[in-house]
Amino acid sequence: MTVQQRYRPSVDDLARVAVARRAGRIRSLVIAAVLIVVLAALAVVALILGDRVVAPGDVLSTLFGGGSGGDRFVILGLRVPRLLLGLMVGAAFGLAGAVFQSLLGNPLASPDIIGISQGASAAAVGAILLAGWSGLAVSFAAFGGAVLVAGLITVLAARHGVAGSRFVLIGIALAFLAQAAINFMLTRSDVRDAQSALVWLVGSLGTVTSEELTSTAVGLVVLVLALALVSPRLRMLQLGDEAATGLGVRVTPARLVITLIAVGLAAVATAAAGPVVFVAFVSAPIARRLLGGTGPALVVSALVGALVVTGSDLIAQHAVSGLQVPVGIVTGIVSAPVLLVLLARSNRSRGTA
Amino acid sequence: MTSHELRADGLALGYDGRRVVENLDAVIPDGRVTVIVGPNACGKSTLLRSFARLLRPDAGVVTLDGTDVHRYPSKQLATVLGLLPQQPIAPDGITVADLVGRGRFPRQGLFRQWTAEDSEAVAEALRSTDTVDLSDRRIDELSGGQRQRVWIAMALAQQTDILLLDEPTTFLDVTHQIEVLDLLHELNRERGTTVVMVLHDLNLAARYADHLVVMSAGKIVAEGRPADVISIDTVGAAFGLEAVIIDDPISHSPMVVPMGRFHHGL
Repeated sequence: MTVQQRYRPSVDDLARVAVARRAGRIRSLVIAAVLIVVLAALAVVALILGDRVVAPGDVLSTLFGGGSGGDRFVILGLRVPRLLLGLMVGAAFGLAGAVFQSLLGNPLASPDIIGISQGASAAAVGAILLAGWSGLAVSFAAFGGAVLVAGLITVLAARHGVAGSRFVLIGIALAFLAQAAINFMLTRSDVRDAQSALVWLVGSLGTVTSEELTSTAVGLVVLVLALALVSPRLRMLQLGDEAATGLGVRVTPARLVITLIAVGLAAVATAAAGPVVFVAFVSAPIARRLLGGTGPALVVSALVGALVVTGSDLIAQHAVSGLQVPVGIVTGIVSAPVLLVLLARSNRSRGTA
Repeated sequence: MTSHELRADGLALGYDGRRVVENLDAVIPDGRVTVIVGPNACGKSTLLRSFARLLRPDAGVVTLDGTDVHRYPSKQLATVLGLLPQQPIAPDGITVADLVGRGRFPRQGLFRQWTAEDSEAVAEALRSTDTVDLSDRRIDELSGGQRQRVWIAMALAQQTDILLLDEPTTFLDVTHQIEVLDLLHELNRERGTTVVMVLHDLNLAARYADHLVVMSAGKIVAEGRPADVISIDTVGAAFGLEAVIIDDPISHSPMVVPMGRFHHGL
């Protein structure tokens, strides 16, 4: 191949490209590092605070095998599992939202808007109220519900190509349908059963068992590894199906696998903690804003999600003394204004596009 | 530049059972610029899309070097056959360097991440399209002409021997149209890249094509050198347009001057 001299990039060109490519990477590394530090600080606070305040030094020695019996019970038996669950659930919701929003190119495409969470909830409530299930069985039911709704949306939207907005609108319709099913079951059931279903529905980290913690961790690790494998394809799909095909992505199977992973992430998180609302929805937009907006921003979305859930749970437990509320209530209150701002912004950008 | 054979045999194409192209054979000349023209809805973009494996044929086959493009390993095909779709999507806030870098995806694998060769290819693509100075800019800040050059740079970074472009000059003003077509011409002449594109403008098509394919109602009505293909009869048959053909004073390719109800030179 004879390449003319003026095509050959100069050292200066190479340097410019390297700088431009590195700029984004450095920024995301810095932001990820900051988020990790903040998360670590929140984690320490979460382990210290509670009905029994444990001094920071005692927290540390307990974590490393020391500590009094009482401290061991409170820290290792209650607070660490709750913290871990919050981190995992938040990361999973953050990732699920980021993946859906990138894949469908629509900020509204988050599992808690397009019916995935509602499907999980309906199945879980059905399992609690109709079948009398509890514990892990409820989690499996929730998982099934999420997959079922995702399948329905895909089938209904696929007739005319998996266009983002169509997928989202069908999902919103299914979310209402699932909500109606939940309300129907709640109104028809015994008050005490309904109470336990309601606690699950609001989203709560308080009732975690070690089996749930383990199954959540295993599910999360598997899904995150799978996501890491397909994430380059997700980046290509962001350019549109045609450009992605041109770059060698087999679009249909890639979309299917990525959708399944995102549904799995939302389902694992919902199964463990209930539909902690808005976390999936707000994490990726916040992450993208922090990054100045390129790429699916997966890692940072996961960190933001973990931060939102952990922070909200701290507020839920300690903001009003003597009153502990489920974390889902706080995430709802915190995130609603974010939704309004984002909607206003997306309308504005659509107007100028 | 390796030589390749891209061809269609007995091709039938359509959407949802509605036939657009029927029983079409075509061979893309290797190392040349092929331009497909024709009236709206004649199937020219559909044909290009089938070459780019965006559309599965209802009958017949598109082959690259004897292999059905739908059976070719997708990533491997993407190292030979590049595509610039009509309306690619630039994700919010993406920078030029990031976008052009994505052209390297087909060359990357699970264990083969970004290398010096990739950086070289991206810098070269930016240099060829004269967009090095834009590398840290966001796509949404660029003008239409700059944006199109950046998309072409992405396709160039892919370093394919064949490049398919679906109306690369749409939405561009005439200056930018010439700029983009010159770039593709240069790419073909200096590197031997086979260029296949759909264009709307007959005169630009005649000027830039080595091989002109005229389509009408899903069929190829004429193909060959523009000087041989463009005639009063072909233009009349394909476009239903009365026209006079004159010599383009600049490129000496045929130039179609259309007549109309109010302008017919009588």
